[in-house]
Amino acid sequence: MMDIPNKLNLPSYKEQAPEVKERLDFIKSQPVVLEIDNLVKEFPTEEGVRRILNDVSFKVHKREFMSIIGPSGCGKSTLIRMLACLEDITDGLILLDTYPVTEPGADRGMVFQKYTLFPWLTVKKNVMFGLEVANKSKFDADREALQWLDIVGLEEYADLYPAQLSGGMQQRVAIARALANKPKVLLMDEPFGALDAQTRAKMQAYLLQIRRKIDITIIFITHDLDEAVYLSDRVLVLKANPGEVQELVEVPVSRPRGPEQFLSPEFLTTKIHLEELIHPSVEESKDDFKVVKMVAVEAE
Amino acid sequence: MSIKEEKWFRFGKGLSQKRVRGLTVASFILPLLIWSAISYLPLWQPEMEVVETGDTFYFEKGDRVDRETFRLENEKLTADGDVPMVGKRVNPVYFPAPHQVAKALYSAFVTEPRREGDPWFHESVAHSVRVVFWGFIISSIVGVPLGIMCGVFSFFSKLIEPFVEFFRYFPAPVFGALAVAILGINDAPKVAIIFIGTFFQQVLVIANTTRTVDFALVEAAQTLGAKPGRLLFKVVIPAVLPKLYMDMRILLGWAWTYLIVAEVVGTSTGISWFINQQAKYRMFENVYAAILVLGFIGLGTDMILGAIGRELFAWEDGKRSFFSRLMNKNKPTPAEA
Repeated sequence: MMDIPNKLNLPSYKEQAPEVKERLDFIKSQPVVLEIDNLVKEFPTEEGVRRILNDVSFKVHKREFMSIIGPSGCGKSTLIRMLACLEDITDGLILLDTYPVTEPGADRGMVFQKYTLFPWLTVKKNVMFGLEVANKSKFDADREALQWLDIVGLEEYADLYPAQLSGGMQQRVAIARALANKPKVLLMDEPFGALDAQTRAKMQAYLLQIRRKIDITIIFITHDLDEAVYLSDRVLVLKANPGEVQELVEVPVSRPRGPEQFLSPEFLTTKIHLEELIHPSVEESKDDFKVVKMVAVEAE
Repeated sequence: MSIKEEKWFRFGKGLSQKRVRGLTVASFILPLLIWSAISYLPLWQPEMEVVETGDTFYFEKGDRVDRETFRLENEKLTADGDVPMVGKRVNPVYFPAPHQVAKALYSAFVTEPRREGDPWFHESVAHSVRVVFWGFIISSIVGVPLGIMCGVFSFFSKLIEPFVEFFRYFPAPVFGALAVAILGINDAPKVAIIFIGTFFQQVLVIANTTRTVDFALVEAAQTLGAKPGRLLFKVVIPAVLPKLYMDMRILLGWAWTYLIVAEVVGTSTGISWFINQQAKYRMFENVYAAILVLGFIGLGTDMILGAIGRELFAWEDGKRSFFSRLMNKNKPTPAEA
């Protein structure tokens, strides 16, 4: 496994083209939106306290797209739920614009894997939900909701109910609903995990498009390495038991991104590196890699 | 080419609209047919109604006698050289035929009560409906909010539900005597019985239903900035309403079942009074008519509530309600993303 990049004559994932390096340096020079400082999460179990996350620290910069990946059970979902304050923090700090967060709020919008649109509200009313919480006038909320629906390309569906939309459309509305609050950071917890492969690819493209249109910082949980590399500026790799930061990988793939880049050397070498990080034992990873390939073939 | 014939029995599969309608009608026609068969055909008919008395001293015209006695009496009359009775086979008086009950369904409403001051049948029915209505309303006013609070907050759930769980095993009728002692002999104890019979079930059922609300919706609302008050009124309650509405329909059915008990508590009133009264006069077709009226009211109420519910919660199937269809006529139909 270790020699795959060499065999394929791939560059190291650390090699960055000048414009990529420039962009990443620029991002890192931007103000820190979210700082996670020695975050710890423990759950009480029958065999005593189990530590899910151990001293996780990282910083997310303005307009950055950061993915978090890791083997199952590494606590990545717990981590993002803690960022939203949907889980209690055992120890450590979460600083949003330098202020510690203690309860859920509109400043950290979230898109879930499950469909969470309110089924009794129309698409437009769903997007208006947060705006009404923020005490906007009905008129303003209405107008802004339509603008956001326009951004995700669903303006003409404004008066339909969620049950009338496909899964992908529902997730786009969920994104619009979260963005309408103008959050400082958008938390996405495997948002495309429940979608079929084709829809998922479309959604990735939509997300890249939306991100180009507006100023937003995104933290994105996924178990799909292609997705992580395709979308992110940086990828935070966690290891399991307990969940700890393993590496913060800078993605050397240039922007704007497109599907043709899936086969570019920098894409492949990054993906292989992530693969190695997530499946450390060589024997195990060989098997897993085969499975991954089979799944990939099947998905196509 | 003939169209492949649709099978009647298929595991877990539905039937065509036409067949569903047919079966629904059949489900009422079948019992009616059985009833008619027993009433009009000599299948059972264990008694003889005396049509001509002949020379007998013992029976009068219109008497119902079991067949064995009728035969023995006639044998005796024949042996003595007297004129035997003439009779026809009939069912017992407590088993009236459909046409008799159908007639009673009308006549019960227009027949003046036998004693002055007694209520007319429609007054009895209205009285029953009133008792159920108030019992159910009072129970719901307290029970629904309490159930929702139990479903949302562990605090209320753990404080209230254990006792409610215990209390609901007391059969409501056992409180009849107490209710009369405390509330007097008028309608209050009756309403109380309906309340006791409904309330404790209601709290538990609504609490459980509330707990089935997808918590992800609450979390989503939290990340949109919603605080507890809004979470309760704008998320949990709208989310639980369709199922809660369904629960209420079932609970209303239970409330009806307590009616007959409630009505014999203290002074007998309402449909139960009417039924007992008619049974005393041996007007059994009226008894059946009254029972049927109970059924019609129950089924009718439920069908109306069901139709209202489909309208109110049209969003569940991704449909617009009739009202909102009127409001936006020309909107696009959904397409794939």
